[in-house]
Amino acid sequence: MNTLWPRIEPLLDRVEKPARYIGMERGMRRPQHDAERVSWLLMYPDTYEVGQPNQGLQILYEILNERPDALAERTFAPWIDLEGELRAHDLPLFSLENHVAASEFDVLAFNLAAELTYTNVLNCIDLAGVPVRAAERGPRDPLVMAGGHCTYNPEPMADFVDAFAIGDGEELAGEITEVIGAWKARGARHREAVLHELATVPGVYVPSMYEVSHEGPFQVLTPRFADVPAMVDKRTVADLGDWPYPKNQLVPLVEVVHDRLNVEIFRGCTRGCRFCQAGMITRPVRERPADQVRTMVEEGLSRTGYDDVSLTSLSSADFSGVDGLVADLVNEQSGCGNVSLSLPSLRVDAFTVGIASEIQKVRRTGLTFAPEAGTWRMRQVINKLITEEDLYAAADAAFAAGWRRLKLYFLTGLPTEMDEDTLGIAELAKNVVEIGRGYTKKASCTASLGGFVPKPHTPFQWFGQNSVEEMARKIGLLRTALRATRADLRWHDPEASFVEGIASRGDRRVGAVIERVWRRGGVFQEWSEHFRLDLWLEAMAEAGLDPDWYVTRHREEGEPLPWDHVSAGLHSDFLWLDWKAALAEHGLPDCRWTPCYDCGVCTDYALEHVVASATPPAGGSQGTGQDLARGGAVPVVISTPGAFGRLSAPDARRTAESSEG
Amino acid sequence: MKGDRGFPVRLRFTKRGRVRFISHRDVARALERAFRVEGLPLAFTEGFAPRPKVSFGLALPTGYESDAEYLDAGLTEEVDLDDLITGVSASLPEGMGVADAVFLEPRAASLQRAVTSVSYVVQAVWSGDDARDPSDVEAWIQNTLRADALPVVVQRKGTEVIEDLRPAILHLSIGSTGVPDETPEGPVREGPIPERHVTEGVTLQLEVSTQPKSIRPTEVLGTLDAGPERPFRAGNGLRVATIVRTAQWIERDGSRLCPLEADTRQRAEVGAR
Repeated sequence: MNTLWPRIEPLLDRVEKPARYIGMERGMRRPQHDAERVSWLLMYPDTYEVGQPNQGLQILYEILNERPDALAERTFAPWIDLEGELRAHDLPLFSLENHVAASEFDVLAFNLAAELTYTNVLNCIDLAGVPVRAAERGPRDPLVMAGGHCTYNPEPMADFVDAFAIGDGEELAGEITEVIGAWKARGARHREAVLHELATVPGVYVPSMYEVSHEGPFQVLTPRFADVPAMVDKRTVADLGDWPYPKNQLVPLVEVVHDRLNVEIFRGCTRGCRFCQAGMITRPVRERPADQVRTMVEEGLSRTGYDDVSLTSLSSADFSGVDGLVADLVNEQSGCGNVSLSLPSLRVDAFTVGIASEIQKVRRTGLTFAPEAGTWRMRQVINKLITEEDLYAAADAAFAAGWRRLKLYFLTGLPTEMDEDTLGIAELAKNVVEIGRGYTKKASCTASLGGFVPKPHTPFQWFGQNSVEEMARKIGLLRTALRATRADLRWHDPEASFVEGIASRGDRRVGAVIERVWRRGGVFQEWSEHFRLDLWLEAMAEAGLDPDWYVTRHREEGEPLPWDHVSAGLHSDFLWLDWKAALAEHGLPDCRWTPCYDCGVCTDYALEHVVASATPPAGGSQGTGQDLARGGAVPVVISTPGAFGRLSAPDARRTAESSEG
Repeated sequence: MKGDRGFPVRLRFTKRGRVRFISHRDVARALERAFRVEGLPLAFTEGFAPRPKVSFGLALPTGYESDAEYLDAGLTEEVDLDDLITGVSASLPEGMGVADAVFLEPRAASLQRAVTSVSYVVQAVWSGDDARDPSDVEAWIQNTLRADALPVVVQRKGTEVIEDLRPAILHLSIGSTGVPDETPEGPVREGPIPERHVTEGVTLQLEVSTQPKSIRPTEVLGTLDAGPERPFRAGNGLRVATIVRTAQWIERDGSRLCPLEADTRQRAEVGAR
């Protein structure tokens, strides 16, 4: 183990925010390397400030360092100034703990959380001194692995990554360690041997173990060996209570995004928002026992010194018994003084505002809701079943409780979206401001507009994304509609959404495009000041690929999809039926509290929802204001007759009963 | 702390080794977190967004080390200062530690206003094979000190202004190699001093005024006068390797005090008045 610190230190006097590269956070380990252990370098391909708060990275960091046969260090994408210094001084990418060269590790493990970071992955591999293409690596090179949500379509990165880990990593990281450890013990001679063995670990996808052929324009994969699976199923941790991680969340010395104690209260989401890949691929819902949440909050605060804790999940107000949990935490923390609690991803209703008031007794400045679409029709299409009344009641409650600034998240470019749906966003924002003006002249509302990018393993995976021009036109409609009003509009660059669309549903051929963009200096593409659409279009053209075929084209039923060999447990006919139901403007209830509609995950993987309390959250489960515990019904038609053919007879009967209630 | 009720304390803390790369703001956050981990009874400001009553002295530029950083904090009850020193030090990042602490007069002037000058030790190395005799450096220093005025163009709040640095230079000399392990107020801290990589080159000792405003040691070094050249300017001879702040001074009524000697009390006899 050779530390590069003496050579790196002089460079840090010349770069921005040098503290990003020193490590030294509270909770950091400085593991000793030895040949017996499998050494992992956990990498997030963006800056330290963006990557360090990633909970997956922190969980794996602890789990691996607790194992006697493994060790883990971290690194992030160096900012452009340090990259220049490293290259000028012939120094490689290094780890933050021991400042060891990245190439000294057995595994370079990337977290793929956003498609626009793909070129940074290549840059990091190259800075490590490792060939960027998997096929060109030798036995002495580290294994390049990747996990995270983007790996549910691994194909665009398949040329560069030796093995993908799909799904929850808690158990998988250990199994991978054992395979690599045994291979090292045998002398680590043949890379092909370890890759073949890794391909047999459930949840691991090794691109080089498959033959690629084409049916017309469509890619088809065939396993090269009998023991390599044709379908790679995601891994799922059955009970979050078994994994109380991170136990020692690192406390960064520099300010990072989400700079606070983060306690994951549940994983998975069954609200069924059709645009949301995270909700689809992380099923079923696994709530952490409330006692464990309380312990993790208490211990975390007293160990880190943070005065801010966030209860994280995909929809935190949906945690069963959330009101009791919040009340307990607020009471327990009130002695320590000025600890603030936050629930991200708030549901839109007055009940949620009640919880928010409970936890945010001071600093009531801004509150954020995500209605996602401007009209009820549109929200039925995307299955975000919030009525206008829900939103206005929530806004009224928020302003009445002293909040002055509301932020509303919306998507544009959704399936079947018409101009009246887009303009509905302006109406909602304007009405929210008016409600606020009844309380304070300082009331304001910001509508934040994202461009919708269809994602694999969702009912919208067949939908042709809006073109740049169409998204820009819709943004223009809203800018005009909100001009000279008291509501503000913020929007995401449609060109960046377009490139995200190329990578999101791309196949293996897109790899060459990513490589070309990287070779021409296209790094940090998720940073608007570095984003370059021209590089992507040029690279697509040179690779002979039509961007519209990937991005704006509607997929046909039964068309081979590049991610067909990866399974999140969702039956493709479930997704197709849900897509049809979306087009028919039919919503679908949250299956935690209503009968199973058999998406496939629980049944195929023998899993169950794990809830912390048998009581559904007060205020209803789909943001409809309906309290299902009191026997209320979800006020939507659940399915077109025959659309959900898989619904079993007893379930169908119960569904019919509850919709009459 | 002015107008403070309760138990104001003043701490001296150190910042050595690789933690020198964190910013002044990061230092403040690290200390506030360490106070919370230790359960220090911090007083809070009133109002809409209560903040702990902690006020820091002169900002130390990112990349500098120091044996003499100070902060004032308001406490709501008396604490054992030795426990505070040990406890908070244990919760700080490696290289940072509380070296000493005193109770403060309730109406003590803030550090920003009270401190009149600061001392630095600068370790400089010769770039490339350009090593020169120390007597050359001595001559350059004398050239600088003899000047009536040292006008330099500096960036102040985004605009370029010409300032005369000469009045701010209170002391400049070649010192013995290395940084002393003692500060005017006692030892740097218990335990080993974090790594120092520089053992060769030139050591300069420097004291600069902080009133009416602070100037940086690098600005002074830029004025070192080697005749046709300025040895510390880009690519010319000397390069700064490390800068350590070794002391802060309060000149008041003809006496020269350290911040822990000024406006302090032996113990907190009476808190709230």
